[in-house]
Amino acid sequence: MTVAVVAEGLVKRFGKTEALRGVDFTVERAQVLGVLGPNGAGKTTAVRILTTLLKPDAGTACIDGIDVVREPRRARARIGLTGQYAAVDERLTGYENLEHVGRLFHMSRVEAKARGRELLERFSLQDAGSRVVGGYSGGMRRRLDIAMSLIARPSVLFLDEPTTGLDPRSRLEVWDLIEELVRGGTTTLLTTQYLDEADRLADEIVVIDRGVVIARGTSDELKRQTGGDQVEVLLEDPADAPTVIEMLRCHACGDPHLERDDRTVILPVPDVTGMVPQVVRDLDTRGIAVRDVNARHSTLDDVFFSLTGHTAEEVAADDGGGSPTDDDAAERQEAGVR
Amino acid sequence: MSTATVDQVLTPSDEGDVPSGLVWLWRDSWTEATRHLRAMPRNPELLVFATIQPVMFVLLFAYVFGGSIEVPGYPDYNQFLMPGIFAQTVLFGSAFTGVGLAEDLSKGLIDRLRSLPMYPMAVLIGRTMSDVVRNSLTFVVMLAVAFAIGFRIEGTLAEAVFATFLLFAFSYAFSWVQALMGLSVGSVEAANSAGFIWMFPLTFVSSAFVSTENMPDWLARVADANPFTIVTNACRALYNGRDAGNDPWYALAWAVGITVVFAWLSARKFASAASR
Repeated sequence: MTVAVVAEGLVKRFGKTEALRGVDFTVERAQVLGVLGPNGAGKTTAVRILTTLLKPDAGTACIDGIDVVREPRRARARIGLTGQYAAVDERLTGYENLEHVGRLFHMSRVEAKARGRELLERFSLQDAGSRVVGGYSGGMRRRLDIAMSLIARPSVLFLDEPTTGLDPRSRLEVWDLIEELVRGGTTTLLTTQYLDEADRLADEIVVIDRGVVIARGTSDELKRQTGGDQVEVLLEDPADAPTVIEMLRCHACGDPHLERDDRTVILPVPDVTGMVPQVVRDLDTRGIAVRDVNARHSTLDDVFFSLTGHTAEEVAADDGGGSPTDDDAAERQEAGVR
Repeated sequence: MSTATVDQVLTPSDEGDVPSGLVWLWRDSWTEATRHLRAMPRNPELLVFATIQPVMFVLLFAYVFGGSIEVPGYPDYNQFLMPGIFAQTVLFGSAFTGVGLAEDLSKGLIDRLRSLPMYPMAVLIGRTMSDVVRNSLTFVVMLAVAFAIGFRIEGTLAEAVFATFLLFAFSYAFSWVQALMGLSVGSVEAANSAGFIWMFPLTFVSSAFVSTENMPDWLARVADANPFTIVTNACRALYNGRDAGNDPWYALAWAVGITVVFAWLSARKFASAASR
């Protein structure tokens, strides 16, 4: 497999804030890399560097072997970018928007028009194509936005939080669309703060927190790497908890612990298969009453928690109301400094 | 959708080097200009409001103040006033450049454009070019209003054309000032206020509406040094068929100087512009 995108030791500072503190990753051709992290982790900054919008303070970034800092225009000819906000001209029709971007990719008028029609159809926008974008719904805008970034058949597609701010229905629509692209072999770098999104769409995931990569691997690898599955035991009597924890320790791969409700014991196990009957038998022998025993496959949420010690949502809340623009805020700050 | 079509739609095209050269700069600029020109007839209210304000000024000055204003050398105040109003109209029109860029910036469009293999400068050139077109539409309306209230062009056609060219050169120069502001301020609203506020003193502390001779000494000196006075005087003399002296050349030098300096500054600002 060939490598389409390389990021090596990327560092970016905005004033005193270090948005990136040495980030490395690669994207293989025809693969989807999910860059996962909470708000302000540095995801958008990394994308902005790779798409030539921002110059790194240190490190290199290449698209198809082209250095984005040294040859930005050549790099730009090979990428498609869909940013956090649907970058469409609301005064033009969907079709005109597509044709316009095609022309700026230096396609001939005929080619840009044909390609515009092709994409409208493909993205189920043919009926809306002749309407002014100002009247489009959020999901339609996002689809048009993605279509615009595909007009010149980019070698690498960058999707920066493609479903942030969309309602659940539009979100599923966009997911279907991205899955289709991915099946078609489009090399994609996708940033997201939604764990389920990365789980569903990405072949490989890098987890970024506070400007550094803290983990990488496939979704399954990450889940395994961080303790994997769990057995949850819901006790009848909270007083049994210490006994149960000691008793089940032999099966666990980490420390069994008690949930905040004081009656649920969480048992991290390497593999949950066959564990439930085992646990039930053990508890039976000792005559401990339980309400329920559940097997839980670990989710990326658990992965994130075990890697960072906080959940994605908590960080978002800490950073001020979960606005999707913390990276941008840092950049604005920088603009003010200049 | 069959795999064949998917491949056809999505596989990267083999592309050589990115086309470059002046021809492509021009083509990119024109493509960007058409983006705005296409939108123009869809938002006619923008054009209407761009015209209402100068018409208001004409009516205010010609009828409310005009009776009390006497200017040496011009028995008919309208002949004195209208070139000043023309200059003010096209100058105010330049504010659209800043507002438009701030809007593109806030919508994320600038990010997209900056990620394309086009000439970045073309975004700014296209925008300023389309604003010249918008401005000329406003100018035609103003010219009609001027004729309606009795203004007459007394110079030769060549003089009138030269005067009009100077007006647009000056307005184009200020489009670049506005471009820099539009890219620097945080929002469309800020661009709107920031773009207009300084234009009031610039156009009023000048010879546009009254003769600077009647101003206090210190203010007259400021007004006489104001490039807006210079362009107004040049156009006024040319439209009225009088001797303009060196004013047209000074006005032209100002226009070129401002354009060069602010185009350079705007291009630099654009290179680091970040949408929000």
